[in-house]
Amino acid sequence: MSIPRWAWVPFGVALALLAVPILGLLVRAPWTRLPELLTSERALDALGLSLASCVVSTLLVLIIGTPTALVLARSTGRWTGWVRTLVTVPMVLPPVVAGLALLTTLGRRGLLGQHLSVVGIEIGFTTAAVVVAQTFVALPFLVVSLEGAIRTAGGDYERAAAHLGASPTRTFLTVTMPVLAPAVASGTALAFARALGEFGATLTFAGSLQGVTRTLPLEIYLLRETDTDLALALAVVLLAVAAVIVGLSQRLRGAHG
Amino acid sequence: MTQRLALLVAGAALILPLAACSPAPDGPTVFAASSLSGVLPGIEPEASYSFDGSSGLVDQIAGGAPADVFASADQRTMERAVSEGLIDGEPRMFATNHLVLIVAKDNPAGVTGFDASLDGVKLVVCATEVPCGAATQRLAEANGLTLMPVSEETKVADVLGKVVSGEADAGLVYATDAAGSDAVEAIDVPGAEDDPNTYWVAVVKGAAHAEAARAYVDSLVGEWGDDLQHFGFGPPL
Repeated sequence: MSIPRWAWVPFGVALALLAVPILGLLVRAPWTRLPELLTSERALDALGLSLASCVVSTLLVLIIGTPTALVLARSTGRWTGWVRTLVTVPMVLPPVVAGLALLTTLGRRGLLGQHLSVVGIEIGFTTAAVVVAQTFVALPFLVVSLEGAIRTAGGDYERAAAHLGASPTRTFLTVTMPVLAPAVASGTALAFARALGEFGATLTFAGSLQGVTRTLPLEIYLLRETDTDLALALAVVLLAVAAVIVGLSQRLRGAHG
Repeated sequence: MTQRLALLVAGAALILPLAACSPAPDGPTVFAASSLSGVLPGIEPEASYSFDGSSGLVDQIAGGAPADVFASADQRTMERAVSEGLIDGEPRMFATNHLVLIVAKDNPAGVTGFDASLDGVKLVVCATEVPCGAATQRLAEANGLTLMPVSEETKVADVLGKVVSGEADAGLVYATDAAGSDAVEAIDVPGAEDDPNTYWVAVVKGAAHAEAARAYVDSLVGEWGDDLQHFGFGPPL
């Protein structure tokens, strides 16, 4: 298929808009001091916290998101439309709004939080709050991408399995999942990338303390005030991890079809 | 291929003129510290305002943002603006502000002051990298306290927010922040008024509305009175 020639103009605009700022960041990054900067204690604390919390939140996303996508894809009826909207909204919500939503629900004086507080559970200012915030914003990415994949993946094999007497659970685990593995992997990668970049909800809901709640994006935000070089060095790391993950996700999606 | 390249360049060139078309109001464009957002528009409604952290504003002005006046919430940031050659003439002080301890409404954690009663309560402060955090650190040392905050925020507004929402028991913010909120109670901190942070205003070099900018600075420096006091500011030194 040939590309109409005019399409190259908006293409150029898009490319310039997206790529030039990233190039600008890379040009300005303190490459020679990078190893020294990235091995500083606060850089390692932020990196470690970000990776650890993202692994946990991505696992949570996988465990609760996969069955959710299955239910949504296989259900009919008006309620599925509502639930689908509900599940998608956090994806487009401004991060600060997500943080406020979590705060007014799970905060110490929140709808649920005040009851949890009575029995001594307060998650504000803990790493658990970071994981909750990341899970909240990342979950829709897996659910939405996986639901589409489940719908388009033909149900023939599953019907055959069911016909041969396999239970729905067994069909799900031994037939549906292997077929969907690439889609699950790419959705997981996207969710991880989203969790890694989580900023607003964490800042509003979890706070910012080195090694406890100050993830990579929060550390960059703070360092911007005083240590531009370290902020840029961490930004390069975040960019690199994000690029690898998105690239991986695209490759997996490609393998899937 | 060269044709494609030419089209690409043409495409890129399309977005460049966008930067040039910002509105040209009659009054000066004032870049001011966030803590001034409640008070300045009341004093001079003709100006157009952009409020942000002082440090971020200097970055924006250095990057060519069309500011006529810069008002900083601390001396260090104004000095940085001067040393980067962004300021026309001498900056002038027009107000002061000092830290206070705030507690959530009804003081559920029973904080009695800037003392040992803060041990074990959920205390939120500014990070030492930002001016309010550096001031907090100095006050803690002057009072012989070792603070164990549950969170060190980048912006003083985030400290206020955590206490207002009841998520934290206590926090250190500026008197102006405390004066602007009904949801917190303020407690004086010993020594805080002796270590105020100072507010400075200056005309930006190459200001498009230089006359209006100078008039604005003059009126703000001569303004000290009820307006600023009402918002919790102290008089200039």
